[in-house]
Amino acid sequence: MIAELGLAILWMAAALAALQLVAGGLALRPQGAQIAGLVRPVAVMQGVLVLISFGALIMLFVTTDLSVKLVVDNSHSAKPLIFKIAGTWGNHEGSMLMWVTIMAVAGAVVALVERQLDERTLIATLAGQAFISLGFYAFLLFASNPFARLAQVPDEGQGLNPLLQDMGLAFHPPTLYVGYVGLSIAFSFAIGALVTRNVGPAFARAMRPWVLGAWIFLTLGITAGSYWAYYTLGWGGWWFWDPVENASLMPWLAATALLHSVSVLQNRDALRAWTVMLGVVAFSMSMVGTFLVRSGILTSVHAFAVDPQRGAFILALLAIDIGGALVLFTVRASTVTEGARFSFLSREAALVFNNVMLCGILGIVVIGTLYPLVTEAYGVKVSVGAPYFNPVAAIFAIPMFAVMAIGPLLRWRRDRLAGERGRRIMVPLAICTVVVLAVFGGVEAIAHHIGVLPALGLAMASGLFPASFLPLAGRNLRRTPLPVWGMVIAHAGIAVALFGMASESAFSVERLAALTIGESREVGPWHVTLDGMMPVAGPNWTALQASVSTHYDGGAPTVLHPQAETFTNPPGTRNESALQTRWNGQLYVVLGEQALDGRWQMRFWWKPFVPLIWIGGGLIGLGGILAMVGRLLSDWRRQIAKGKIAYRRMRQGR
Amino acid sequence: MTADATRSPMIKPKHQRLVLVLLALAALMGAGMLASFALSRQASYFYIPSEIAAHPPEPGRAVRLGGMVEKGSIKTLPDGVTIHFTVTDGKAWVPVQFSGITPDLFVEGSGVVAEGRMDGRMFVADNLLAKHDEKYVPREMKNMTVNDAKQVVAQTK
Repeated sequence: MIAELGLAILWMAAALAALQLVAGGLALRPQGAQIAGLVRPVAVMQGVLVLISFGALIMLFVTTDLSVKLVVDNSHSAKPLIFKIAGTWGNHEGSMLMWVTIMAVAGAVVALVERQLDERTLIATLAGQAFISLGFYAFLLFASNPFARLAQVPDEGQGLNPLLQDMGLAFHPPTLYVGYVGLSIAFSFAIGALVTRNVGPAFARAMRPWVLGAWIFLTLGITAGSYWAYYTLGWGGWWFWDPVENASLMPWLAATALLHSVSVLQNRDALRAWTVMLGVVAFSMSMVGTFLVRSGILTSVHAFAVDPQRGAFILALLAIDIGGALVLFTVRASTVTEGARFSFLSREAALVFNNVMLCGILGIVVIGTLYPLVTEAYGVKVSVGAPYFNPVAAIFAIPMFAVMAIGPLLRWRRDRLAGERGRRIMVPLAICTVVVLAVFGGVEAIAHHIGVLPALGLAMASGLFPASFLPLAGRNLRRTPLPVWGMVIAHAGIAVALFGMASESAFSVERLAALTIGESREVGPWHVTLDGMMPVAGPNWTALQASVSTHYDGGAPTVLHPQAETFTNPPGTRNESALQTRWNGQLYVVLGEQALDGRWQMRFWWKPFVPLIWIGGGLIGLGGILAMVGRLLSDWRRQIAKGKIAYRRMRQGR
Repeated sequence: MTADATRSPMIKPKHQRLVLVLLALAALMGAGMLASFALSRQASYFYIPSEIAAHPPEPGRAVRLGGMVEKGSIKTLPDGVTIHFTVTDGKAWVPVQFSGITPDLFVEGSGVVAEGRMDGRMFVADNLLAKHDEKYVPREMKNMTVNDAKQVVAQTK
């Protein structure tokens, strides 16, 4: 019953999306004013309906309704509740329903709260959102119905892939999806503004929170995903330049560029066409990402259940949406009038430079990710990994970091670095530059085996960290607006994460050993001993658990418990690594198999400062959240002020 | 840049957009050229054993090797963590050395993709491609013809 209800409601939501598109289109015509009032309520209703439909699917998973095909394929009655719920989106159909849900709910929120944008642009935006949604509704209803029933009800479900039975699954995909789909709102805003030829500060002001929100979720989703991969895959790496990882990085890069160009448009009314273009590109990257993940067209660690036909469907959607947007852009770009001007030495110029560098990195990642597809068309199979991505991306990233230190100190429009003000800016920057050179020289002099890239990373990070706090110098810290704090913290987070990445690749120590019980090994500054081995059991798995006692440099011992888990439904194994975190790094222990002679294979890594990668990622997200809170607070204050003014007017008028 | 900015404080309006567009184009073309240059050196090519036998890649160049693990070929060295095994496509055989914890589904007779480099006649693998489920076949090996696959399976049994 719930399944049929969910499906029926999904159809109704799709019909409302069609109505939203048609009504929006009609309302934009000169004589369509009466119909304009329809668009907002329809958008809200569509959001509510699809949310109910998604709720129905979660319900089916929670109750493990084995007459539904999706539940049988992906769930099992003995699974812990949290993984039953998370299993809803741990598969293709469910995740696409979640995609549509987020898209419709975001549209509903825009319809509910957006009051500053002029009505025509807003209606065009909502119509654009409905247009994109319709494609995904069609995809869901015709090619991947999540509510399909089975003719014969089996006794038990097939369970969820063991690697996915992790708290990471409960949070990582929804977070990333909110980010991906949040960019669809930016895309729709760009379309709306192009349709009504109304690109300006008001448009940027309306668009910015959505870009910022999507960007926060992408940042946190990527950070969480990286940590999840780090501890569940047991490979000791945190980023593999895997196509699916790149698929999340590409929208992030575009969104980062968009976030900065939107702020130029909002504050200075410049970079109009550029911002609109980035809005289109950012969501295109989300769709390319989904296409890569869902089609399985590239070899990936994420190649779970893939289906080429579905890939073709997404590719067609991609072509329609992105192609349409680009055509609209080409037709309308010339009518977007010139924005305000600025000089070469200004905050705008620095932001343009960083935008261009971000787009350069984006290009590098896109080309590297798609290159295997291109060569395969010519019958040559290749894979592209870190040896390509790291150095080539660094060529763009390092100048970008340098400008990132200077840009926030410059004035809008035009700056002159002469006299007292010049000295106030240049002296601290010179000190930071000296720090960079000193660290680089020091690292190269002391440790020859460290590559140029990690050394450069350590040096840039050491200089960038203090430099990112310079915008606070000379300010009253209590009166500094929250968005400035946000920027400072996000930039510092970049430096922190960069330091972690560089340190990980420069100083990691790896030991691989076959140990008998009682045997010890040295891993960098650690002394590790395999104390024993015992079987343990979880709710739906059994495992061998090793006891490994570890001493850091003669300190007090700690016992770690890496596990090799065996799942029965579906059959599979998972290596649960054990981590020991200190302020200066992390010890990473993985249990392997038992060799024929009875010894246990174990793998150890000592990774100095590796947690900084994710702490940095968290700081970047926190910076975004602060900027968002600052924006919402100022909106709220403005509302209150407006209310007061209206009240006074009313009284005076009386 | 400072001198430039003071001499001509603002760019002419119609030039600013042109400068921006040119800058973006230059960056994109730069990125494209850099990418193609780097890709021609850094992309790692995929080989099956008979290709390695016919045209071995230069030693030290990162490549990937895909094929079936021959039955009875996995041998663990005395250190307990290094293994030797043979990868075959039914026409040629390549000895592989790997140090580390093998992926869960790495067993004799299964398909494998090894990342690494040739060292003499031995392929030294840094990584064996982890597989997520038992139905998984490395994508590169899908278009080995059914006949080839049958042959390989017959030989590795």
